[in-house]
Amino acid sequence: MKPLIRAIGLSRYFGNTCALNNLTLELYPGEVLGLLGPNGAGKSTTLRILSGSLAATSGQVDIDGTNLQEHPNEAKRKLGYLPDTPPLYPELKVDEYLRFCAALRSVPSTSLVDAIARAKLRTGLMEQGTRLIGQLSKGYQQRVGIAQAIIHDPRVVILDEPTSGLDPNQLIEIRRLIRELGHLHGVILSSHILPEIQSVCSRVMILHDGRPVYSDTLGSGEPATQTWFWVGFGNPPTLEALAALPGVSKIIDQQGNRFCVETDDALEPEELSKQIVARGWGLRELTPVQQSLEQIFTRLTCGEAAS
Amino acid sequence: MGAIFIKELRCMLLSPLAWSLLAVLQLLLAWLFLVQLEQYLEIQPRIAVLENAPGVTQLVVIPLLDSAAVIAMLLIPLLSMGLLSREYQSGTIHLLLSAPVGAGQIILAKYLALLIVAAIMLILIAAMPLSLLLGTGLDLGTLLAGLLALALSLAAFAALGLCISGLTPQPAVAAIISYGALLLLWLINLAGSGGENSLLEMLSLSHHFRRMLTGLVTSEDIAYFVLLVLVCLSLAIHRLDGVRRWS
Repeated sequence: MKPLIRAIGLSRYFGNTCALNNLTLELYPGEVLGLLGPNGAGKSTTLRILSGSLAATSGQVDIDGTNLQEHPNEAKRKLGYLPDTPPLYPELKVDEYLRFCAALRSVPSTSLVDAIARAKLRTGLMEQGTRLIGQLSKGYQQRVGIAQAIIHDPRVVILDEPTSGLDPNQLIEIRRLIRELGHLHGVILSSHILPEIQSVCSRVMILHDGRPVYSDTLGSGEPATQTWFWVGFGNPPTLEALAALPGVSKIIDQQGNRFCVETDDALEPEELSKQIVARGWGLRELTPVQQSLEQIFTRLTCGEAAS
Repeated sequence: MGAIFIKELRCMLLSPLAWSLLAVLQLLLAWLFLVQLEQYLEIQPRIAVLENAPGVTQLVVIPLLDSAAVIAMLLIPLLSMGLLSREYQSGTIHLLLSAPVGAGQIILAKYLALLIVAAIMLILIAAMPLSLLLGTGLDLGTLLAGLLALALSLAAFAALGLCISGLTPQPAVAAIISYGALLLLWLINLAGSGGENSLLEMLSLSHHFRRMLTGLVTSEDIAYFVLLVLVCLSLAIHRLDGVRRWS
């Protein structure tokens, strides 16, 4: 299958600072790829390069088989891009703005009205068409930003932190929209919210210091083998005593009398609790850590500090 | 490109900024026009007996167009200052850069929208001297040369303002630098001790503008304004291409 985005060896320097170092990625039709990383990891830089609004210091980008450097206009026609701050003109009404964006992305004037109506329907903006963008709430402005990115029905949708500023209900709707877009188009999005990546993405790439450090497909949300637990004590042991407990391989974190421990794969939770009770440490809490992705993320981006 | 042009024009004509600038310009010029007309009426009986006496065109209309250029020089940077810098400031530049349009098309669309507002300005300015036709005759040749000079000057002010707007994300800074650059170009010939053809004379906006105001339209003066516009627009395009590379 032909990839929608093929980026090879992307690097970007700002002066002497390396923001992105030799990144290679591919996005296939029907896929939602999540870029995950701490602040300053190079997520936005990557997406700006893929959208053509920033030139890479080195490397090549193909959008649906068209080279972005050699045929920029043809390649850009196939992509929609939402930057980290939505690119809105507060003095325009929502309809005027979307009409401008559609014309800018060369939507033929005959299908302009349909395109605007469809984008508004998908982002839940049907009632807001005649309102000034400057007077909308942040969540609605974010939706207008998403509407502008999908108005021309692009093959590739690039979303930089698409859910920032949304309330929980809007969050659910927008995540549903992103999953839906993933069926029809290819979507690449960035986020630093782990559950979001887990719930909408079919594949994840973790960036750290401008380098990809992890890339994998995500399952359908089944919990991986549980190896992290938060354990609360009434009578806390010393760190050494806890680490010496059979089956405990590492102490990840501590908050007062609560400890986050990593256990050997074989250790069952009831076995762990029995051992703690037997030592009289006053077990108060034993909570499995749900996010397996969070474990990977923490290990890769601040692994040295945690161990 | 058409989309950007329509959007820019719409935003400019919907904002109170353009209309308040036009109103201020009109008010100031109307005052100057009335003062000059009154003075002309006072001295007119005395100069009427002279041979080859200067007429109303030389004594009222040309000074009016001269003042109009100076006032427009102070107003156009306020219209042009936000054209690119506000796009940088609000991040909307990423929308334009990720759209299938080149830097040249973006600059040209914005310039044309600015020219439309400048054309409205020109029509409003021209209406005042033309109203004299109701009561007297005018030297239409001189008037047309003067209006051409004013039109070319407005186009040059707009191009320079647009170019400088592309240099900074702060609209106010863009306006200040535009003032500096325009006034320098206007006054640069003051330093020149040489004659007509010294380098500073050739660079000076006011030199070319005032020569056309006398009714003398030369290809040299027209070429000066056209070149100034082309240089400013090319620099703006170059700069916008650079945004992709450097920022």
